[in-house]
Amino acid sequence: MKIKNNLLLLTALISGGLFLNGCSSGEQSAQNQTKTTSLSSGSEEEEEEESEKKAETESAGAIDWKNNKGLGPVRSVSLGETVDQAMADAGAVIYKEKCTACHKADKRFIGPAPKGIFERRTPEWIMNMILNPEQMVKEDPIAKQLLIDYNLSPMANQNLTEDEARKVLEYFRTL
Amino acid sequence: MNINYRLLLLAFPLLAFFSSCSEYAATKSGPQALSGATDAASRTYVPPGSYDEFYLFTSGGFSGQVGVYGLPSGRLFRYIPVFSVDPEKAYGFAEETKPLLNTSHGFIPWDDAHHPKISQTDGIADGRWLFINGNNTPRIARIDLTTFETVETIEVPLSGGNHSSPYLTQGTEYVIAGTRFSVPIPQTDASSKDFADKFKGTLSFIKVDPKTGEMKIHFQVLMPGFDYDLSASGKGVSHGWTFFTSYNTEQQGTLKEIEASQNDKDYVVAINWQKAAELVDGGAGEDMPVTYYHNLMDESTQTAKSEVIKTVKVLDPSKHKGFVYFLPTPKSPHGMDVDPSGEYIVAGGKLSADLAVHSFSKMLKAIENKAIETEVYGIPVLKYEEVLGGTVKQGGLGPLHTEFDDAGNGYTSYFISSEIVKWKVGTWEVLDRIPTYYSIGHLCVPGGDTRKPWGKYVIALNKITKDRYLPTGPELTQSAQLYDITGEKMKLLLDFPTIGEPHYAQAIPANILMDKSKKVYRLDENNHPHVTKSEDQAKVVRKGNEVHVYMTTIRSHFTPDNIEGVKVGDEVYFHVTNLEQDWDVPHGFAVLGAQNSELLIMPGVTRTLKWEPKFVGNFPMYCTDFCSALHQEMQGYVRVSPAGSNTPIKYWTGVDNAPL
Repeated sequence: MKIKNNLLLLTALISGGLFLNGCSSGEQSAQNQTKTTSLSSGSEEEEEEESEKKAETESAGAIDWKNNKGLGPVRSVSLGETVDQAMADAGAVIYKEKCTACHKADKRFIGPAPKGIFERRTPEWIMNMILNPEQMVKEDPIAKQLLIDYNLSPMANQNLTEDEARKVLEYFRTL
Repeated sequence: MNINYRLLLLAFPLLAFFSSCSEYAATKSGPQALSGATDAASRTYVPPGSYDEFYLFTSGGFSGQVGVYGLPSGRLFRYIPVFSVDPEKAYGFAEETKPLLNTSHGFIPWDDAHHPKISQTDGIADGRWLFINGNNTPRIARIDLTTFETVETIEVPLSGGNHSSPYLTQGTEYVIAGTRFSVPIPQTDASSKDFADKFKGTLSFIKVDPKTGEMKIHFQVLMPGFDYDLSASGKGVSHGWTFFTSYNTEQQGTLKEIEASQNDKDYVVAINWQKAAELVDGGAGEDMPVTYYHNLMDESTQTAKSEVIKTVKVLDPSKHKGFVYFLPTPKSPHGMDVDPSGEYIVAGGKLSADLAVHSFSKMLKAIENKAIETEVYGIPVLKYEEVLGGTVKQGGLGPLHTEFDDAGNGYTSYFISSEIVKWKVGTWEVLDRIPTYYSIGHLCVPGGDTRKPWGKYVIALNKITKDRYLPTGPELTQSAQLYDITGEKMKLLLDFPTIGEPHYAQAIPANILMDKSKKVYRLDENNHPHVTKSEDQAKVVRKGNEVHVYMTTIRSHFTPDNIEGVKVGDEVYFHVTNLEQDWDVPHGFAVLGAQNSELLIMPGVTRTLKWEPKFVGNFPMYCTDFCSALHQEMQGYVRVSPAGSNTPIKYWTGVDNAPL
């Protein structure tokens, strides 16, 4: 079962590259076609300290993210003007138990760090990536590229509820 | 509709296949090739990605397991270890599961599992639990049908050859367990030459908690030293009674083949268990000193615990009258089955050609009218003619077991003539017969032992396979066969091999079970004493010569994945928690030189493997269950230093975290 899924995933990934180059999958990828194969960090400035961020901006970061809400149950998220601290605290607890095995808050690990994520991803994209990673890594252009950038290490679906994912999102605002 | 269309598509190439291969088939295949094969293929074809219509639970017989199959395809989904250890699932090897195999005789890693029984509500299969008996070291197990895992075992004291078990009452009030081989009660240093004086049988009534399913022995009925072979509880009109077949009423302890086949009639035992329970609750019965184990998996701590129980209530029917009767029944009756209405009690006289059917209402009348032939060991024997409801005459040879459809028909297996015979309940007329390949034992109609059969199929559970499959040396595959019973004539649809002897089986519509199937264990409900809920809690702790490793798994690394400070002579306990919370993502754990098994850890579960390194070295450990594209990277090391050395305990995952 799992082996088959992984093979499927690999096939999807390999053909995904071609796919991105060769055809457009609706609105989102229309703008993405040009740079998907680029691995150069090109225009980035601060070399040293930004190295983790760089890893992510190399390729996935080159894809337009501001209009990408990802694929999944979350269509729109409204963030309050200030951080809801109680919600963020609850999110920190969930994050620690369900996410830290692969995500360190401020440093690249198995997966990317959430620090500064609002400068790279929309809130909807973040929640959809938490709630619906299987479809995201198959179909969303950023998530697909991230999977490649992170050595095909899959984003685990930790079966958070939407409410829990929202709390984790609020926690990310404190980082 | 959709399926039928696809089946048509399938049928064409098959037709071509069969016509082109007919010559080969005639010369090389078994002598009993299936006619109408394309039709049968279409009836059993479940297209890839589609689901079967029924779950089938087969006992694994002397493999001690339960097989889970789909019908009509006959595809194997899973086997559930019950009475036998299973290194794949670490059942009986992981510390948490070991207590499930504890008995008064010690840890018993094997048994002979015979009769799976699906729990019932109001006489209808409800699919909450599956009960099954261990025959050799008498035990009953309960499997949770949301997890398909064994969660409870209870030893049955004062029993030997726990065969007439586990037969449920219609509301799963009781699980019933009877002894096939009588033994000295209490056990003493007695000779079997004194069989008739000293050997007795017990019929146990084990109460089932309606919410949790937990089993507790309520009482045992002390019986003469016969062999109590099979059992069935009343339903509908006969709810409140349980019936057992008996043989060896000759009470012989040797060469039973001859000695136990002397009497023309043995007995069906009828027990009014409601009355017995009232007697016991009113203070009747004797507390007998015994020792037996009750083992229960605690869902919260994910760890099984054993309890030793020292006494059992025994009720002697020669002292307390009016709840046990004998019904004379021809020729060493074996199968014991009650029709869906509860009126007819069918006894398969295995050394006979006829099938005796007792009538429950006639039996009540016979009791009321005191139609008593004699008394045996103080138990009244009712007059045969006064209880007999009918006879299925000359159905075949060696009738064993009967199940029912929802159209008033009985299906009886005939071992010696190797066939299934369909007959009409009430008229006893034989309607149809069909051969089985070969030597059928039990048979199964989905729900065929309950008030509500789903009479679509009958499954033959065969004892002999002989020429039906490619040979595999002296030992051949075990096998079952699927027959369509929706028409007037039964039709053979499929042979399918089984894991272990398919001694008996029960089937249930898939939709009753599939939505209740558990996907993950919730990490926040894991109260295992050695759980590690996040990676920052992972640690290695030394306690004398014990080293406890609190480890986590997630795709695709262990934390810690490097351990130092272990020494030769240590007992290392790996307490591994799978942090995944997604369906179908177990992780495995294996360490070089482990003398037990791997661990296979479901999402949200903690399991413990004991490891006793014998040599100095640095030994790999790794994930055994392919988990991601980086599965091969899910690996680490345990450094083992010489006994008495001073290597400190250290542990880490990742270069950044490695100690200096």
